[in-house]
Amino acid sequence: MTDQVAPVEKKSFFTPFNIFATIVILIGIPLTILRFTKGLGGVTNLDDTNPWGIWIGFDLLTGVALAAGGYVTAAAVEVFGMKKYHAAVRPAILTGFLGYSMVVFALLYDVGRPWRLPYPFFVSQGVTSIMFEVGACVALYLTVLFLEFSPAALEWLGLKKLRSWIVKLTITLTILGVMLSTLHQSSLGAMFLIAPSKLHPLWYSPYLPVFFFVSSIAAGLSMVLFEATVTHKPFHNKMDEDHLAIYDNLAFGFGKAASLVLGGYFAIKVFGIALGNNWHYLGTGYGLWFMVEMFGFVLLPSLLFAIGTRERNAGLIRKAAFITVFGIFLNRINITLICFNWHLPWSERYFPNWMEIGISVFVVTVGLVAYKFIVTRMPIFYEHPDYKEEH
Amino acid sequence: MTISRRRFLEWVTAAGVGSAAASTAKAAHGDFGGYPDSYGVLYDATLCVGCRSCEAACNEVNELPSPDKPFADLSVFDKKRRTDYRSYTVVNRYDPPESKKPVYRKTQCNHCLEPACASACFVGAFKKTPEGAVEYDASVCVGCRYCIIACPFNIPTYEYDEALTPRVMKCTMCLPRVKEGKLPGCVEACPVEALTFGRRKDLIAVAHERIRKYPGRYIDHVYGQHEMGGTSWMYISGVPFTKIDLRTDLGSTPAPEMTSGALALVPMVIGLWPVLLGGIYKITERKEKIALAEKNESVAGAVAAANEAADNKAKAATERFKKDKEKAVEAAVKKTLAEAEKEKEKGKEGE
Amino acid sequence: MTESIHTLQEFMFQTKGIIYLLAIGYLIGFTWFWRFLHKYDRKDQ
Repeated sequence: MTDQVAPVEKKSFFTPFNIFATIVILIGIPLTILRFTKGLGGVTNLDDTNPWGIWIGFDLLTGVALAAGGYVTAAAVEVFGMKKYHAAVRPAILTGFLGYSMVVFALLYDVGRPWRLPYPFFVSQGVTSIMFEVGACVALYLTVLFLEFSPAALEWLGLKKLRSWIVKLTITLTILGVMLSTLHQSSLGAMFLIAPSKLHPLWYSPYLPVFFFVSSIAAGLSMVLFEATVTHKPFHNKMDEDHLAIYDNLAFGFGKAASLVLGGYFAIKVFGIALGNNWHYLGTGYGLWFMVEMFGFVLLPSLLFAIGTRERNAGLIRKAAFITVFGIFLNRINITLICFNWHLPWSERYFPNWMEIGISVFVVTVGLVAYKFIVTRMPIFYEHPDYKEEH
Repeated sequence: MTISRRRFLEWVTAAGVGSAAASTAKAAHGDFGGYPDSYGVLYDATLCVGCRSCEAACNEVNELPSPDKPFADLSVFDKKRRTDYRSYTVVNRYDPPESKKPVYRKTQCNHCLEPACASACFVGAFKKTPEGAVEYDASVCVGCRYCIIACPFNIPTYEYDEALTPRVMKCTMCLPRVKEGKLPGCVEACPVEALTFGRRKDLIAVAHERIRKYPGRYIDHVYGQHEMGGTSWMYISGVPFTKIDLRTDLGSTPAPEMTSGALALVPMVIGLWPVLLGGIYKITERKEKIALAEKNESVAGAVAAANEAADNKAKAATERFKKDKEKAVEAAVKKTLAEAEKEKEKGKEGE
Repeated sequence: MTESIHTLQEFMFQTKGIIYLLAIGYLIGFTWFWRFLHKYDRKDQ
């Protein structure tokens, strides 16, 4: 076959990304020290009435939703047999693995005693807590993702026997991954069921778990497309024929699925309002905000995905994916921060400070650096020549 | 040891109202009934004068850090305060139109019968004790603060400025003192007996009795009898409860019930997803196998057909060759015979 | 056992605890059952 590996280029370290990453890390390290010397109060705007901020709303909830591409893509290819998207599996699994790793990384900052994170499993099991289930499923799923990702690393390291043994587990890991994802994606929503008096009625619903799960599918599909779009040029020289060949077909296939899922999600949200008889809230300020989220970031991308698929317009689909990704972020931020404690006067509400934002950016950047390291060395965008016979 | 007035009140009311108590103290939540003899505290907002003695006593009994302003300083009432890392309880002043005088309300953990914090905590750091107090165990707490999210009364606080050993801070109902037969610090300190300690079911009876005896004085409702499935700390008031920052829209559903539906789905997903996905996978696998077999079949068929055609062609060619040869042989034989005839006739003529 | 359950919280603590343990056992058992069911399929593949 043709040369898959890029010719060795004499590149300067000082690329825009590397400069950005270095600055972020240089800020992140002292912030980390501050966090563990001055406590949460020293680096956040969290208080007794607003105990959760962007580390939970963005790094945890949005992060988990956007990392859903792993289970969605793996299920499509391995369980539903859509082998044509095979080249999209490894990038999706990598995004999922790094995404969940960064979620855990952010949690180390957010909880008061991170070294006690194993306590719910080994010391005292609070089994009545939705969060117990989230924690158990996330921990198990991170293991699954690690195992699903490992063949790429093992191929890079040349550990053939171990690699082929793990590959045999693919379908088991995939099914386990879908089950665990269903559980924790929905339970992240269920966590807010315990606070009906604090979450605005347009966002609070007994169906919160269903809303979170369904939107995670749309999030995963869109994130895979978003990631394919932004990596297409910078890592072009790492991509093999199979990977490049599906660039547009992936958009059409996933775009069609996303259109349907978002459309269905919009519908069940409307049913939710009907169930709670909450129509009158639509006429309020929060109601307007709700409609911005629903019409602008759910219904609109659903239509754009549909038009893009029908007219074979991959560019439109990519725009819709970007809108959807932002919409998922908006939804999770609404539920954790903007529409939470909505009864309280604005003076008692929360807004992140620069240090919280700095650590959030730091966590994401560490993930991006790891991503870049892995895709430039390991067979993610291409098939390793020694293992080509597999497919 | 002198019998405190509050204790005496407790005995008297228990004796006198015992029978009435039996009918009013129904199970506030489902079939579980709670701990039958658990304690509670009744707070009478019409008696409280806002002296903050309860705050001072609580601070002392629990050895909490000193506040910024001394407890005698009543200017703190100018701003609404909430519990924080060094204040398990605070009193706030309200000036509702329904009352000529200012009204005060003491806030602290309500020690719910079905605590949201206990339901939410993923390390089981909160426990409803038989005495009625909701107890916090700092030795397992991870510091996730989900309990603070869950509490509908916004009570638990956190030591945000502790770097390595931050704890959730909240009223303990002075459980150690109660176990020794003593009163909670705030109850003992109150100079106007706005706080009454006793068995919860008796306190409900006391509260309703007070409302019955002085109908113009009280709103006819014991706050905490049913709210969130019932609380151990209850309130009676002369002004609407919303005017003293007690939400009346919380409902009577206990917190654990709010997530029990979602939790019930977990075993369903665990039980069925492997079956469904495994089944779909097998169907997909079978479809692929059939498709592959059909493909192979059609390939084989095409190959066979091609072979057959080639065979036929070869056969036909062989046939033709045979026929041609036969014809040629026939023709040659004919020719030889004809020539032989000609020779014969030539020979005959020659004689 | 029922004597010690006074609250819904305690009830759920017991029932959910048992369910989690059953779930782990089920997943292990399911894996075994799946392999049992497809013992001869794997030969053909």
